[in-house]
Amino acid sequence: MAGGRRRRHHFSRIHAFTCGRASMREEHSLIGGPGFSRKVYCNDPERAMESLLSYGDNYVRTTKYTLATFIPKSLFEQFRRVANFYFLVCAVLSFFPVSPYSGVSNVVPLLVVVAATMVKEFIEDFRRKQQDIEMNNRKVKVHRGDGVFDISKWRDLKVGDVVRVEKDEFFPADLILLASNYDDAICYVETMNLDGETNLKLKQALEGSSMLQEDSNYQNFRAVITCEDPNANLYTFVGSLDLEDQQYPLAPQQLLLRDSKLRNTDFIYGVVIFTGHDTKVMQNATDPPSKRSKIEKRMDKIIYCLFVVLILISFIGSIFFGLMTDDDLENGRMKRWYLRPDNTEIYYDPNSPVVAAILHFLTALMLYGYLIPISLYVSIEIVKVLQSIFINQDVHMYYAETDKPAHARTSNLNEELGQVDTILSDKTGTLTCNSMEFIKCSIAGVAYGRGATEVERALSRRQETPFSQEFKERISESKPSIKGFNFKDERIMNGNWAKEPNANVIQNFLRLLAVCHTAIPEIDEETGKVSYEAESPDEAAFVIAARELGFEFYERTHTTISLRELDPMSGNKIERSYKLLNILEFSSARKRMSVIVRDEEGKLLLLSKGADSVMFERIAKNGREFEEYTKQHISEYADSGLRTLILAYRELNEEEYNQFNKEFTEAKNLVSADQEQIVERIIQSIEKDLILLGATAVEDKLQDGVPECIDKLAQAGIKLWVLTGDKMETAINIGFACSLLRQGMKQIIISSDTPETKSLEKMEDKSAAEVIAIACCINFDGTLLIFQAIKSSVIRQLREAKTLLTTSDENFEALALIIDGKSLTYALEDDVKDSFLELAIGCASVICCRSSPKQKALVTRLVKMRTGSTTLAIGDGANDVGMLQEADIGIGISGVEGMQAVMSSDIAIAQFRYLERLLLVHGHWCYRRISSMICYFFYKNIAFGFTLFFFELYASFSGQAAYNDWFLSLYNVFFTSLPVIALGVFDQDVSSKHCLRFPLLYQEGIQNILFSWKRIIGWALNGVVTSAIIFFFCIRTMEHQAFRKGGQVVGLEVLGATMYTCVVWVVNCQMALSISYFTYIQHIFIWGSIIFWYIFLLAYGAIDPSFSTTAYKVFIEALAPAPSFWFITLLILIASLLPYFVYASIQMRFFPMYHQMIQWIRKDGQTSDPEYCDMVRQRSIRHTTVGTTARLEASKRLEASKRLEISVHSSASKRIELSNFAASKRSEGNSEDR
Amino acid sequence: MPWRVEFEYSRFSQQELDAWQPILTPSWAISIFTVIGLIFIPVGLASLFASESVVEVPFRYDDECLPPDYKDDALEYIQNDNINKTCTRNLTIKNKMKAPIYVYYQLGNFYQNHRRYVKSRDDKQLRNKASENDVGSCSPEDYTSTELGHKPIVPCGIIAWSLFNDTYRISSNNKDLVINKKNIAWKSDQLAKFGSDVYPKNFQIGGLIGGARLNESIPLSEQEDLIVWMRTAALPTFRKLYGKIETDIEVNEEVMLVIENNYNTYEFGGRKSLVLSTTTWVGGRNHFLGMAYILIGGVSLLLAVGFLLLYVMQPRPLGDPSYLSWNRNPGSLR
Repeated sequence: MAGGRRRRHHFSRIHAFTCGRASMREEHSLIGGPGFSRKVYCNDPERAMESLLSYGDNYVRTTKYTLATFIPKSLFEQFRRVANFYFLVCAVLSFFPVSPYSGVSNVVPLLVVVAATMVKEFIEDFRRKQQDIEMNNRKVKVHRGDGVFDISKWRDLKVGDVVRVEKDEFFPADLILLASNYDDAICYVETMNLDGETNLKLKQALEGSSMLQEDSNYQNFRAVITCEDPNANLYTFVGSLDLEDQQYPLAPQQLLLRDSKLRNTDFIYGVVIFTGHDTKVMQNATDPPSKRSKIEKRMDKIIYCLFVVLILISFIGSIFFGLMTDDDLENGRMKRWYLRPDNTEIYYDPNSPVVAAILHFLTALMLYGYLIPISLYVSIEIVKVLQSIFINQDVHMYYAETDKPAHARTSNLNEELGQVDTILSDKTGTLTCNSMEFIKCSIAGVAYGRGATEVERALSRRQETPFSQEFKERISESKPSIKGFNFKDERIMNGNWAKEPNANVIQNFLRLLAVCHTAIPEIDEETGKVSYEAESPDEAAFVIAARELGFEFYERTHTTISLRELDPMSGNKIERSYKLLNILEFSSARKRMSVIVRDEEGKLLLLSKGADSVMFERIAKNGREFEEYTKQHISEYADSGLRTLILAYRELNEEEYNQFNKEFTEAKNLVSADQEQIVERIIQSIEKDLILLGATAVEDKLQDGVPECIDKLAQAGIKLWVLTGDKMETAINIGFACSLLRQGMKQIIISSDTPETKSLEKMEDKSAAEVIAIACCINFDGTLLIFQAIKSSVIRQLREAKTLLTTSDENFEALALIIDGKSLTYALEDDVKDSFLELAIGCASVICCRSSPKQKALVTRLVKMRTGSTTLAIGDGANDVGMLQEADIGIGISGVEGMQAVMSSDIAIAQFRYLERLLLVHGHWCYRRISSMICYFFYKNIAFGFTLFFFELYASFSGQAAYNDWFLSLYNVFFTSLPVIALGVFDQDVSSKHCLRFPLLYQEGIQNILFSWKRIIGWALNGVVTSAIIFFFCIRTMEHQAFRKGGQVVGLEVLGATMYTCVVWVVNCQMALSISYFTYIQHIFIWGSIIFWYIFLLAYGAIDPSFSTTAYKVFIEALAPAPSFWFITLLILIASLLPYFVYASIQMRFFPMYHQMIQWIRKDGQTSDPEYCDMVRQRSIRHTTVGTTARLEASKRLEASKRLEISVHSSASKRIELSNFAASKRSEGNSEDR
Repeated sequence: MPWRVEFEYSRFSQQELDAWQPILTPSWAISIFTVIGLIFIPVGLASLFASESVVEVPFRYDDECLPPDYKDDALEYIQNDNINKTCTRNLTIKNKMKAPIYVYYQLGNFYQNHRRYVKSRDDKQLRNKASENDVGSCSPEDYTSTELGHKPIVPCGIIAWSLFNDTYRISSNNKDLVINKKNIAWKSDQLAKFGSDVYPKNFQIGGLIGGARLNESIPLSEQEDLIVWMRTAALPTFRKLYGKIETDIEVNEEVMLVIENNYNTYEFGGRKSLVLSTTTWVGGRNHFLGMAYILIGGVSLLLAVGFLLLYVMQPRPLGDPSYLSWNRNPGSLR
């Protein structure tokens, strides 16, 4: 829309913005006081300068470091880690004589490790920096004086600048709205980035500034804004505007927040009041809590254990050293005279052996420090970053439609993905797409629409029965071409409705759909097609359905709604407009909305739509013609997971309306505490005696592949809980749609929110005995007693349900728990929560509906803390943020609902179904890799460290290292690090295909089989055995005799180099033995490390002896020509690996783990035999209780039992479905019998 | 904040690289055990045979050469310079020893690998005449005492100071078996670590004499005894090469050893031996290597047989899920 053409109307009346208007209230008296001291000179840079008010610029920095602070700050971060600090202390100490090795050799690996981490930090920060640069250099038009607006960068904005923001642009800072292209200075804002809400919010400027609609108006514009100081509260704002000696109050209504977007408005003018880090969105930005994986926590414990071992062996060594030193000098007589104990430093002084022993303790701590792998942390970090890159790069998790790959925002939790026990999922936008599709309707008692719902589709995909053939056809043709419309029925499409028996009812029905809403049409100027901007997706679905069925809503003004209607007589489209008189808003309490319009003939119509629970009671006696059939239809719809609404209307006469309008207007302008109730009562008085037209069924569309994904996760043994803010019926519908619920499941419903009537109705429908958990009926008369009553009822319900849990153990029945928000409040109280959790864990599926964001977080915490299992929360909206941050892993869906959830998540994916691959493939792999890697790390360091200790036994614990200083220090950095990294990044036990084919493999992570204490200790013992074999074989083979033909004997340097060679060989070959996946990378790294050791030995030995000291030419001169050196290496290599090899072959043969089973199957080529795979799956699988597999099995069971007895009643099946809402033991028994 | 990853499909980025995925099937295990056995046993036998063929004649003389009068006062004996330390013994060589015969001295309970001992030297000083004053960590054998002018000692440190000073002469049938003391040190030491222009200075002139004195007119690079001594041993019992005899000793030939028993091992209860030994391709006499090879090879063969028996007696279809760990636990299986 061009700037010149302005809309002369606004829609503030159609939105409920009763609270938006600001008035001079008490909070405004605070202005100027503490906390409200900000003074903004609008459009007046000189004055701002004079007044010495310097507010920060609009530069936003999200980086952790600046160029100047990078070095000190990142160093500080590094050495905050206990292990790194230990190594730093060691490095410092190594420059003192107490050190067993030279200082430089010890500092270098530390430098390498620290530098590697710092480079990683730098790169990460650099990325953030680039994002900042992009953000800060965005362009905006700023007033430059004399009414000229010029393009400027965001970063250059100053407080007080006047900016012009165009349609679909983001606001560069927090602005006060001055004017827009609309005369009444309104604008629409999308705050998706802030709170995740997709609907548009209306903002309106003060009247005083609303006429400043041209650039030139700003030439002489001056104003002063006094307002609150920067704070984090998004929904409050207090300030005042001094304009032309008049003071206007400012409210959130005038505030445009940074990172929200201007929509449906051509342009606005605004004055900058908060910039950069002062903006509300930046003030809100908090660092997400840093999470650590369970494996890392356990790893810390292992490190502490190693520290204990380290201290222990150092202590033992020091005692012996003290004793031996003490013994050296006896009454002034030197025993080991060659050590000159008579004239010595304090370190070896026999006169004070205690001091010597204490100092030796330090030496020993440094010497045996090789037990603690210095490069462990940095290796793990490198590995995790690389793993995340692989996750990000996975094409199977790339969503082409929105161009979004998976995005691991933190790499800390990769392995945690392999251990998830419980998934807590949001519903809207996560399981569902948050797009509604009009799929079925019931008009005048006739059901229309043949589209297949997701439930039917998921089942038919799995079911290989001839009956599904027809289904498949329906599916193939039911690809919706129009978003939000998946309706197929020739009877009423293409204008055919006119030939139906109840054509006039259909006409009214469709007209109601087209008129009764608050959507805004948007006409594409090129194609002329109308699209809609609606508050909620189901409303959009209605308008679209009306359009597709011939009632095209194309224009909305302040007072009219214009349609292009199909005239049943002529078959032509005619334009008709309806005078919009009143809108009676939708609210969650009312559960309905109505409009009052006057049609072209002058008839006054009240059009109403709403939930069945509130609508049926408002229908006139003569309007219940189709009631029975409609009710039947809506219960069918609800069972297949559809959202239903009842449509009804009535004609009003003039007097009635005038009377209503008068009262309504008065009530609206009433200033009193009970104003709302009065308005409500008046509305109630007019919404009655309606005539039923029919019902709509809208599918809250599940995202692609959700049922299949849930099925796979269930097969993997992962529990899925749905936590939703939706109402119970919708939640249950979705539960059915994604097979979390099914027929034959016992449902335990704990509720305290159902109106009396409904529960009574239910009691009538089924006998009271059938209802296990009935909604409790309490009159809300506003006393505290009620809460206790509810609570006790919740407790009672929990107790009853638990007895069910114990009894049902015997007959494999799956239970489902459905609890609503209010009950949840009580269930989460300290004294109740344990029994709630116990019940919930016993149930196959848990659905919490009507839960607040806080409750979602609390449930998450409860599961996490009490069961100790790993929880994963997945959600997409701002209301899921708490849950995402609370859970062990938070997964954000980068869908339509804004970025809030993604920003606080640990990993973002575009679709729920990617969770399957993320967990079963990447999670499993990462878990396996990291745990193997850590085990191996400890193994190799123990194997190395203990050789040092064993040597001390033969060196009177003096602290002399067996190896050359540089051999020691480069062990972790060069000769053994790369293969471990390759293991951590590339190893796979089975391919991704097999991970998905055998979901039970995931249990290895949940049960933590690969990182159990047993396994860790096993590896540590292997390390000790290895080092013992290496050391004792070495000293026995290289005793005191000549080791080569030339008669030369073994010196310290020869023994050291030989032992070291053996260690390098053994740990690298152990690696080769324990992985089962060799790409060229593994080959290069493993064999390369060994070769590199020899190259190093050669190169280092060739350097001048003043540097290489004992390693000088040791290989080329002493070792290489000696055959015994090579034979010893071979002997020790095989001997050290033999224990593990024997263990591995026995284990593989007799106790194979699940991944090894799959490897067997793969090797035998049986993976291509589906029957065999299925057999393996069947025999190895735990009974899955939810998901399509379980549903299919249950239905098979049901059919089998059906075949035994003849079906009694044709409507019986319907009854079963109905009973799902409060299934009972008895009805369960009945259905089984049938 | 939107992100964009440049997408590049490759087998690498999708983790689908070609890989060799061996699994340890029983047949693999059996073959590997067999191969190990078949290789190790012959190697073991060969090296055992070689080691067996070495003739080694050890002669412990710390007790043997202690005159009976001093049995209870060994220290007095060794510390008193006036007592003649020469000790003569006859040995019958039971096997023929072919030249070269290596003469070793063996010390026991002598911690040349003690940290203080190992560090007590200065490589720069040994190498370079200019670094004479470089006495680094040589204390207390760094400078001569103040009375003697506080001059740097070359070579400094307690390793050099405690240089072994027993000497041997071996004769057979009154004919000296010449002990060649050349080329007993590592060449690299002579060339690079001990300077040819560095001469001993102020050595062993202090109050406390450790071991051997050095001829001040011979440069360090020629002082092979010192070089050998200064390559510290790894273990408290060690041998060092004393020299080579380049003539054969016949079967049952009687050799006479003349030992100057100067070195004080009595103080710390150390043992001293003279060892004559021939060598072969595996070096000196040590059966451990061969035995270990045979042991490992034998164990491997046994394991191979054991596995084979199990495999034949109790075959099972590969991938039998009844072996699954959580299938065997009825509690977790529903």
